[in-house]
This record gives sequence, structure tokens and C-alpha cells, in this order.
Amino acid sequence: MATKIVMEALSPTMEEGRLVAWKKREGDAVKSGETLAEVETDKAVMELVAREDGVLRKIVLTEGATVPVGALVAIVGGADEDVSSLVGVPAAAPPAPAAGGGSSRAPAPSGAKAPSAAPVAAAPAPATADNPPPTNASSRVRSSPLARRLAAEKGVDLRLVSGTGPNGRVIRRDVEAAGTAAATAAPLPEGAVARAAAAVPHPSAGFQDVPLTTMRKTIARRLSESIGPVPHFFLTTEIEMERAWEARQHLAGLGDATKVSFNDLVVKAVALALRQHPAVNAWFLDDRIRYHGDVHVGMAVAVEDGLITPVLRHADRKGLREIAAEARALAERARARRLTPEEYTGATFSVSNLGMLDIDQFTAVINPPEAGILAVGRIAERAVVVDGAVVARRTMRVTMSCDHRVVDGATGAKFLQTVKLMLENPLAMLL
Amino acid sequence: MALLSYRDALNQALREEMARDPNVFLMGEEVGVYQGAYKVSRGLLEEFGPMRVVDTPITELGFAGVGVGAAMAGLRPVIEFMTWNFALLAIDQVVNSAAKMLYMSGGQVPIPIVFRGPGGAALMLAAQHSQSFEAWYAHVPGLKVVTPATPADAKGLLKSAIRDNNPVVFIEGEMMYNQKGEVPDGEHIVPLGVADVKREGTDVTLVAHAKMVAVALKAAEELAKEGVSAEVIDPRTLRPLDLPAIVASVRKTNRCVVVEEGWPFAGIGAQVVDGLQRDAFDDLDAPVLRVTGADVPMPYNRQLEKLAKPDAAKVVAAAKKVLYLG
Repeated sequence: MATKIVMEALSPTMEEGRLVAWKKREGDAVKSGETLAEVETDKAVMELVAREDGVLRKIVLTEGATVPVGALVAIVGGADEDVSSLVGVPAAAPPAPAAGGGSSRAPAPSGAKAPSAAPVAAAPAPATADNPPPTNASSRVRSSPLARRLAAEKGVDLRLVSGTGPNGRVIRRDVEAAGTAAATAAPLPEGAVARAAAAVPHPSAGFQDVPLTTMRKTIARRLSESIGPVPHFFLTTEIEMERAWEARQHLAGLGDATKVSFNDLVVKAVALALRQHPAVNAWFLDDRIRYHGDVHVGMAVAVEDGLITPVLRHADRKGLREIAAEARALAERARARRLTPEEYTGATFSVSNLGMLDIDQFTAVINPPEAGILAVGRIAERAVVVDGAVVARRTMRVTMSCDHRVVDGATGAKFLQTVKLMLENPLAMLL
Repeated sequence: MALLSYRDALNQALREEMARDPNVFLMGEEVGVYQGAYKVSRGLLEEFGPMRVVDTPITELGFAGVGVGAAMAGLRPVIEFMTWNFALLAIDQVVNSAAKMLYMSGGQVPIPIVFRGPGGAALMLAAQHSQSFEAWYAHVPGLKVVTPATPADAKGLLKSAIRDNNPVVFIEGEMMYNQKGEVPDGEHIVPLGVADVKREGTDVTLVAHAKMVAVALKAAEELAKEGVSAEVIDPRTLRPLDLPAIVASVRKTNRCVVVEEGWPFAGIGAQVVDGLQRDAFDDLDAPVLRVTGADVPMPYNRQLEKLAKPDAAKVVAAAKKVLYLG
């Protein structure tokens, strides 16, 4: 039975491949797993290997030519078989190009075992919903019953697991290896294919590392080259603080020993907004972006000859009174130089407030590896236009500095909108 | 705990049960004056007299039939076959009389009889005297089949077999009679139909009975040197078979090798594999493999005989295969 050899997706982002050199000639016998040709992908020169035994009957793609993934490149079949009907017909089931959105599917290791029953088994890769394997009705994944049960439990797609048992049988250790890989990679939501910006996981706890996509790498490199190690950009908005003012007055009227400051309100609003915008709650770690499942807000505190950023952990889960008490204690300890390393590391985002020093607005420098910082200016009565009339309103200007390698303009703007909404309607923080 | 030979453990069981119940008696070739071909009945003639320790002519079919008749009349005979090879002559009484009577009498006539003697190969006894027949008897509804592997099991299982109201085929081993082991003091009973884990492990289950338990334990030792933790489980009774115990072990290890001395076709291992593929299907990470005697009449030649029998090296090789090692 003759089979079509098609251009395979040999890297997660590969959409087309250039045939560098054929390693077999027409008429050569080929064995499953043998290298047929060298193919240049968007990343490297990889090997295209035979998936079945047979004879290389027809070379369709000439050396140097480039074709999209899935295109016919050769025919392998029996020595005397008539393969003419297969030539010139598009491959029935071209392998889907791997998703660009942070798919963790690894490139096929050269010389990897490629059992004929598992066309994509050369890539030891966990399955993702958006990364379907080539379908091949004639092939069946050989697997042990235990492997099938474990795969079902772990949500691993057996078709994407490389079997190390006899005849490529997928056995327990293969599923466990794939399960581990899947757990460390970021599972992508449906529809995230090729949209890097949408590939933000929502970790419920801990964190998830998402490998940099090609696009993300390019953004990182180009913007860094442009304006320094951390490519900043800035977003400013003016927030009407009348309701926040009232809320604070009411809270103060309760006679609580711990007074809630405007900065506490800002921290709380930022923390809640981070929870809603996980794309901002992230670190840039050179080759990957770490999206945090927890929200830890750093709070810049000026000390005698510098500044330090103690961290309000799980600020999104704390009430205003708790935030106020903790912020005050941390600030005092900071000024007394009594902070422990645990208390000033691990922030996922920071807030810097110079309002008490009569600064209207400013831009803050990001505290790496965090992806953003919010610079908070003073609250002042300013002339604003309401319903066509100039009136006095208490407002506060905030400027968000964003690391463009992680946060794009619209992403930061949406986050800032949420912060603004919270502060302009403090009741929203109850939701 | 006393250190006893397998032979003496059986002797204790017979003595204790004959003392306990006057209906129990022993009959067979050379069991009395000669004290037993393998000295299992040593001292019993002197202690219980010729009415209860009965020497017979070389007439397997005859004395097996007398035994079945005695059981029908209410006694509890223990029929000794010099070896199970000779019991082929008596198999009609075992299968057609002993195993059927309760059923064909509508439950009126139980046959509380034990047929016992050594089975399997010893050494250079050639094709006709080196056979394992446990699979034959285990095939028959109405029979229980017991194959003790240690002195303690030999004693405890023989006592249970004698007290059982069904015909029991009790297969000992010529090469095991001299093996010593600890036997609990006092009344020691091992129930029929209950498997025993002879060695605990986590990576692969080795199922073995009778002489093959020692082979499996040796294989487990070898495997341990290579970091493989093998569990050895001895069904002890082949019918009724304690399949739940074997399944429980395989649920833990996900891999299994069944070892038996007999021939492969329709053997005990085939029955175990049948149970595992049904009850442990989703727990298997590899096909269950069997290590059996070669599918040939036993060669007389010493080296060929060695090659025809299961040994630890063969079990180790099979275990590695189901573990996908090497």
C-alpha cells in the first residue's frame, strides 16, 4: 500500500518547509524511522523521516523548493506498485500546522523512533485541544489498557504520545512522561490558535510558564533593542475620586482603629483588576512568560536613601482593613529596615504613589521581572467638564508603565479601565 | 514455630487428623509397613494400627474405588498415590466417581476423600514419570485441587483437605519432601481457596504454585538486584482459585508473569491469564506472560530436562519483558 509523504510540521510554529536535501533517491528502500530528507523549518534544519517501510518510488518536491505543511513531497510504496494515481493529488489529510499560541509540542528529535502506527509519535508531545494530530484512518495507536486508562484520566491524547513499547506501543511510562510535560506546559483555551495575545492561561494557583512564541520573542527583541533592557510604554488616565473620597470618609466614620488610606483603595483596586486581567499579572523570564495564579502587589516605599517594595500578598483576597493594617506595618518595617527578603520579593505587579508629595502624575520604572507598575499621583480638585459645564471634581491621575514584551497597549489599557472603574465606583470592589 | 520438613509437616497433619477423627484412614501402596514410599506415613501404622493404615496391592484403580466407596459409607479416606503419574490408572474413580457423586445423588452423598501424592518432575525420571497433572484435575467440576509449596502450607492445607466434605486432589512434590520450613505450633489450619503473598513487591506479579514458588522467589531475588520489586503470589489452591488476590496484586503492579511446571496448552497459567484479562484489563501495562514446562514429553537427558523445566532465569527474562526492560 503506497503512502504519501507530506511536509510535516517539524516545529510548533512551522507553516512551510524548504527541502534542503534528499537523503534517499527514487528506488531506494526505506525503513520506518529512516531519514528521507532534510527540511529547513522556521527554526532549524530538521529531518523528515519515513513512517513506514517500503521503496521511495517518487520524489515530488525538488531540492531547494519550499511548500506549505501538508503538501505532498514523495511517495513510498511497494517496488512494483502503481503509484501514478497518488502523484499530483493533494494529500488527503495534511497534518495540521502546530498552533503558534504557546503550544508546547516539541520539534521531532532527529532519528527518533517513528513507529508506523503513530504518524506523529516522533514528537513526544502532550496533546492540546487545538493541536490535533494528522488523522489517518488506517493507523491505530497501539497502547496498553493501563496506558489508555491513565491517558483518559490525565486528559492526554494518546495519538500524540510516543510509544516506547514493542511496535511503538504506548505504555504507562510514556503517558506519565507526556502527562508531566502537559502539566508544565500551559494548556490553551479553545480558539487560541495563532493568536499570541490570547494565549494567556488562567492559573488558579501557583503559576504557569508559557514558552515564548516566535512573535513574542520578536517583540521582546525588537522593543528591547529600541529603548533598553525593559521596553517600557506608558498609559495615563484620570480617575474621578469623588465616590472613593466619600467611601473613605464613611469608613473613617466607623471609628475603626485602622484608617484606610487612598493608597489602600488603589492597592485593592489594582489587585482585583489583576485577578481579572491575568495577562498583566506576569513576569518576563527571558525565554518565557510566567503567568501567576496569585496576586501579590508590591508597594513602593521611600526610605531614607532609596526605596524598597514590600509585598502585600494575596491582596485580591484581603479586605481593605487587612490591606490597610498590613501596608502600614510593612511601610514601618521598611523605614526601620526590618523587612525580611520574603517581605520584599515575589510581587507580581507594583504600585508607586507620590501623591502625598504633591506630584500630579509621573511615570514609574518597572521592577523586573514584573510586567507593570502603576504610578499614582495626588488627588486634587480639578476643573472637569460634566454635561457641558466646567465643574470642580476630585481626580487622580495614574500612569501605568508596561513591559511591552509581556503587555501590549490594549492589554494594559483594558486593565487600567478596570482599575478606573473600581475606584470611580468603590462598590464594584464588593463584587 | 518448629522447623519441619515438608514430609514431616504432612506426617503431622495426618497424625493430628487421624487422632482427631476416627473416621479418617490412610490407604495406598507401601503406606504401612514400609512407612510410605517417601516416608510421609512414618509411625502411623504403629500408632493407629492396620485398620486405619492400609497397605494395598499395586492396583490404583482398585484402591481408589475402595476409597470412594468408603467415603460413600461415611468414612474420610486419605488415598496415597505413590506418584500422580500412577494415578492415571485411577483417574476414572477420581473424575467419574468421586467428583460426580454429590451431584448425581442430588446432594445426598458427599465424598469427603483426599487423593494425595507427589506430582511433577523430580530428576531424570523420564517422560512417563515427570508430569504435572494439576491442570487436568482443576478442569473438573466437583474436585478441589491443592498444591502446597511450603511445609507450613502442606500441613495446614492437608488438615483442611481432610476436613473438607468434597473430594480433594492434593499434589505434593518429590523434590520438596526434604525442604524445611517453619511450621506454626499447635493447631495450624490453612483454608482452601486462599492465596498467599510469598513476597511483597510493586513492579511485577509472579504467580506460581508448588515447586515453582521457590523458582519465582529466586527470580524475585535476581530481579531485586536489578532494582525490580517483584511480588510472588502463591494461589496454594488451584480450584477454587483465589483470583481476587491475584487481581489485587496485578492492580498494584500492572504486570504479571505466571509460572507453572506443567505444559503450556490449557494450563493453570492460561486460567490465570483469562481471569486477569477480564478482571484486571484496565490495569495491565503489558500482556501477561507465562513460563511453563516445554511443550514436549520430559526428556530423560539431564541437560535437556533442565532446558525443558522453568527456572529462575526464564522467569527473570519474562519479567523484564513485561517491564519493557532490555
